[in-house]
Amino acid sequence: MSEVLVVVEATAEFGVKKVTLEMLTLARELGTPSAVVLGGTGAAEALAGKLGEYGAEKIYAAEGDEIDGYLVAPKASVVADLVKRVQPAAVLLASSQEGKEIAARLAVKLDNGILTDVVALAADGTATQVAFAGSTVVKSKVTRGLPLVTVRPNSVNPTPAAATPAVEQLTVTATDSDKLARVVDRVAEQKGSRPELTEAGVVVSGGRGVGNADNFKLVEELADLLGGAVGASRAAVDSGFYPHQFQVGQTGKTVSPQLYVALGISGAIQHRAGMQTSKTIVAVNKDGEAPIFELADFGVVGDLFKIVPQAAEEIRKRK
Amino acid sequence: MNIVVLVKQVPDSGADRNLRTDDNTVDRGSANNVINEMDEYAIEEALKIKEAHGGEVTILTMGPDRATESIRKALSMGPDKAVHVVDDALHGSCAVATSKVLAAALGQLNADLVLCGSESTDGRVQVMPHMLAERLGIAALTGARKLTVDGATLTVERQTEEGYEVVTASTPAIVSVWDTINEPRYPSFKGIMAAKKKPVQTLALTDLGVAADEVGFAGATSTVVEHSKRPPRSGGVKVTDEGSGGTQLVEFLATEKFV
Repeated sequence: MSEVLVVVEATAEFGVKKVTLEMLTLARELGTPSAVVLGGTGAAEALAGKLGEYGAEKIYAAEGDEIDGYLVAPKASVVADLVKRVQPAAVLLASSQEGKEIAARLAVKLDNGILTDVVALAADGTATQVAFAGSTVVKSKVTRGLPLVTVRPNSVNPTPAAATPAVEQLTVTATDSDKLARVVDRVAEQKGSRPELTEAGVVVSGGRGVGNADNFKLVEELADLLGGAVGASRAAVDSGFYPHQFQVGQTGKTVSPQLYVALGISGAIQHRAGMQTSKTIVAVNKDGEAPIFELADFGVVGDLFKIVPQAAEEIRKRK
Repeated sequence: MNIVVLVKQVPDSGADRNLRTDDNTVDRGSANNVINEMDEYAIEEALKIKEAHGGEVTILTMGPDRATESIRKALSMGPDKAVHVVDDALHGSCAVATSKVLAAALGQLNADLVLCGSESTDGRVQVMPHMLAERLGIAALTGARKLTVDGATLTVERQTEEGYEVVTASTPAIVSVWDTINEPRYPSFKGIMAAKKKPVQTLALTDLGVAADEVGFAGATSTVVEHSKRPPRSGGVKVTDEGSGGTQLVEFLATEKFV
């Protein structure tokens, strides 16, 4: 069977991201998964165990400052060279900012079609995408080149299938035009050890109704009790209650967790765009007419400052 | 500094949006079409840079005739002129082909800085800045929440999952922005009146040296096989808190096995 290249997403803090395991699971349906690690020196060695656990038969590693010190262009060059050499059946990347950006450059370098935000991929290359704020399901195909696809987190249930991958170090030859955008600093702002927003199985979000930044502690507390990530509506972010990288909605992140809890969020279309494909939705809002209740599997009309602490207490009791 | 801002006309994301049943493209005919919201932040950033450093701001749009409305709206915020790439053969173009056309247009505009929104609200594909950078051999600084211009040196804070990266490049470059970067101005009455007289140059594919079969359905690198509307979610149980709302909430979560 042909190789399927999976471009690995990982973080220093959490290691291999869940979307990578989803992609490896998906890749096994299409061919033989090969993981491509693009990062600093030693990155592949640190991730090899986990990648093997989910079926990576091979790991291609491109490491070092030439890869890590510039914005995506050197990574795209490495993957393009690899694609030309191994002629894979498909290339899968995460539908994250960086994944889409590498894919964008690959599409131009290889004169190849590209499909983003894919939630399922059939063996014949037909991809399923969800469009227009989750209101439309689209089936598409790349018609020039190989399936070059970015996979949306929380689309596939990752299942292990042990393999012992051999690691092949690739030679990194970044051209001058690959090195135009230089990363001079990386600053961590994520606090605590909560799961990443787009990957979390549970997301607890706060909106304008939370009232102020300090009150977001309530949202965080419930998120922690449920083992989830914290999100925020645009209204909450614009009001300075919570940082922008946690914004869920049309101009923020799209999430599709098992459980989405909306606290003090009215459910404007801007917000629904980012969360309405969640499996189960729960809402607390003082306005019983709020549109969020049209989506919610369970809704409580009332004061979130009474309801949320009581819920938190009840969860603690049951633990 | 010669700045070009990419502006896309999109169907209003606040209303119902559809794909056409005849050719599977975005239904623009029946939609209320507006400037892609994120592009307004790119226009604002361009105007701020012009105010601080001098230069000229040009709007570049690829789209059908009706995109003229969005171009005038963009000009009413303050840019100097616009270029509208319009050609019937462009209908049905994929992202790869679109980048070919925009790159050809940018090639004629000699920009020091190209600004655009991080994504459009219709496709949300987020690929255009890097596709253009790849074609033009210029730097792409994407996902900026802050942009600093110091002579020919550009520095951005790029929003990431973990925090932000500081990324720097020399002009010419393309920078895409998030809506956290600024607060776009509202067009003034004077601005709206002035926009009517600002030059809008139209370019067809022949002006750009791009063949008709490289774009549109003929040149598409991907195709939509089918599409359907998802059934709308229906609300479930709604209770009014009478002192035990929190407990009821947890009982629901327990039956769904979340606690």
